[in-house]
Amino acid sequence: MNKRLLALLTLLVIASMALAACGGGAATEAPAEEPAAEEPAAEEPAAEEPAGAFECTDAIGCVSIAPGDPIHIAYALTVSGATASLGEDSKGAIEIAIADRGGELLGHPIELSGEDTLCNAEGGQAAGTKISADATIIGVIGTNCSSEARAAMPLISQAGMVMISPSNTNPDLTDPSHPDQHDGYFRTAHNDLFQGRIAAEFAYNELGVRKAATIHDGSPYAESLQRVFAEVFAELGGEVTAQEAINVGDTDMKPVLTSIATGAPEIIYFPIFEPEGNLIAAQSREVAGLETVLLMGADGLFADTFPEATGSAADGMYLSGPYVDVNDSAYGEFLAKWADQIGGVPPSGFHAHAYDATNMLLNGIEEVAVVDADGTVHIGRQALRDYLYGLSNYDGLTGNLTCNENGDCATGEALGVFKLSTEEVNGAWPPPVFWQP
Amino acid sequence: MQSYRIRRINWTDLFMWLVGAALLALIIGGSYLTLQQGKYTAVQWFDLAVFGLAQGSVYALIALGYTLVYGILRMINFAHSEIFMGGAFIGYFAATSMQRSGFMEANPYLGIVIIFLVAMTTSVIIAVLLERIAYRPLRGAPRLVPLITAIGASYFLQYVFRGFFGTQNRAYPEIAVIKGTFPLFGDFQIQKIQVIVIIAAALMMAFLAVFVQYTKTGKAMRAVSEDKSVAALMGIDVDKIIVSTFVLGAALAGAAGVLYSFMFRIVTFYMGFIPGLKAFTAAVLGGIGNPPGAMLGGLFLGIFESLGPTLFLDGLGIPAPYQLKDVIAFTMLVMVLIFRPTGILGERLSKTKA
Repeated sequence: MNKRLLALLTLLVIASMALAACGGGAATEAPAEEPAAEEPAAEEPAAEEPAGAFECTDAIGCVSIAPGDPIHIAYALTVSGATASLGEDSKGAIEIAIADRGGELLGHPIELSGEDTLCNAEGGQAAGTKISADATIIGVIGTNCSSEARAAMPLISQAGMVMISPSNTNPDLTDPSHPDQHDGYFRTAHNDLFQGRIAAEFAYNELGVRKAATIHDGSPYAESLQRVFAEVFAELGGEVTAQEAINVGDTDMKPVLTSIATGAPEIIYFPIFEPEGNLIAAQSREVAGLETVLLMGADGLFADTFPEATGSAADGMYLSGPYVDVNDSAYGEFLAKWADQIGGVPPSGFHAHAYDATNMLLNGIEEVAVVDADGTVHIGRQALRDYLYGLSNYDGLTGNLTCNENGDCATGEALGVFKLSTEEVNGAWPPPVFWQP
Repeated sequence: MQSYRIRRINWTDLFMWLVGAALLALIIGGSYLTLQQGKYTAVQWFDLAVFGLAQGSVYALIALGYTLVYGILRMINFAHSEIFMGGAFIGYFAATSMQRSGFMEANPYLGIVIIFLVAMTTSVIIAVLLERIAYRPLRGAPRLVPLITAIGASYFLQYVFRGFFGTQNRAYPEIAVIKGTFPLFGDFQIQKIQVIVIIAAALMMAFLAVFVQYTKTGKAMRAVSEDKSVAALMGIDVDKIIVSTFVLGAALAGAAGVLYSFMFRIVTFYMGFIPGLKAFTAAVLGGIGNPPGAMLGGLFLGIFESLGPTLFLDGLGIPAPYQLKDVIAFTMLVMVLIFRPTGILGERLSKTKA
């Protein structure tokens, strides 16, 4: 027994030494940059730039990158667990955007590091803590889920970084009167206020329905989307028969659908994710009274797997989502790159947003960078934020992006309502746009 | 006896009884109000009950795997949910390839049998490897060690499947013969798939009961469960019996995986987690280590989840009651465990053990 203990201890010591060695490499790098990021003016030039050519005048500090050192950006995405397809989708797009530039920016290699945010507040908190501790990071692409952003953003904002989310849609995050809004936060995803309104207007005006029911899954995304939908629908004069909720991970939707059926709605709006959305759509056809009810989802279900996995129940279903013109050659090129570099097709619906977000960040870095004669690059953190806040008419894959002072970059113009048919059920993707506001 | 009872009652017990009584009043009152409102028709109640029964049958099949292994090794095989997932996943590949080649359409019944065989074989292989690699070397270790190993193995398997097959939700092909409904009397009808799930699960549970009760291996399993070392003295190969227990549990889990994916038509690497958790709950509810208890617990949980939120909470005017389904299910678990700490059918087991 003693021998074993000894062996174990020895192993532990060796392992800790190995780890310390690994950590040491990173540790020596970090201090070099830290003063630049945390102490704005005074000692910065002395510590960082012996040549004295550059003086950081940025209000919240600069990041300086010596020749040969990488330009460091991070991702904070949900790359594991049930929502992994969402994170993988964004991550692939970030990688493609970086590969588009040959992996280099201003003569420096681009380094992408990442944290898994798990689609919950705890994951967001952990990722925010780790990212904000690394002063070499200039900007973050993330998060996927609004719950993650709530926890991560205070830390990332505090550290002076910018974060651009490809898929947060909760209105609070860019509501200046709300504590969840922080400086340095941007998103290329559509604020629920746009999408929920468009969905309600579409249902009331275009489809002509007067009774609607909604289902959400308790996530900030779905909860606020259905709330906006219900408010606007009621405002227009419609009746909301039920606002139900399910849990993420549920598979049996019959009880909730049976309860909804008692209100006899004409449309069910469920802006949730896969696989719960698939199950609601499929099982709604098996509940008495809902056999022919109209179904509508939002961009969380806007993925090629959704109609296929749902089968015939998805035929005739409406989805609101970012209107990306498939005939647009840029998007076609993007898909070709995806097939080439990552393989297959993007697994979820926010890859174009992530691609745009990455390009905005990289463009911003390029734009605000001050390059010394020896190739050292200085990036003012506030300058980068200002660049993004001032960004207008950026022509991205998701349409025209113009950031407002609260961080919303998607203007709501590029939303559309799509109608699924048997073609999509049989594997065609994406569906044709059915209606545009 | 009477005086003994009275002496034993203390304030904690009294408090628990009061909580129990309050919950019972809530349940009865809520059900009464819901039924009085008449919002739901008899057909709807019937649908919910059948659905709960089908869901519960699947829970029961998975729960048997937990309970069998617990009965023999006194360990909770948390990787069992991944054995279920593995079966469903590989069964999915069999189903899609047969669907694509047109075999499914030509021989639907043979096709379904093949799906079951493929899924069950996969699950059995995973379980046997798991037992050999992860659990057997730890046979003599303290009880916590295999438990943690099981959790690790569960994650390992999950991410192996993720690594091989990706993160997307995969659609199970629609098999024509199990689609549609059987009409009963009046407006009452029943989904074919639900009938299949309930009957298949019942058959498998009956098979298990006969197997454990009347075959030689079954007898040996019961002996090992009673006392491993004495069983070994009687000439029983304990290792072999433990492997057969894993095989039996895994075969049921594989079948449950197929039934589950027939019902919900979605396969992901993550699909085992929630049903596994529910099935584990069902096993504890029924009395872990006791196969009939696991069946009962599974059915109980399935029906409670399906009917509970609507029946108990709807009438009380609670908005979105369905979201509270897990609260109801786990409150039931806690209540059962407070009043019957060994589970619904657990008493017999604990007596024989004592």
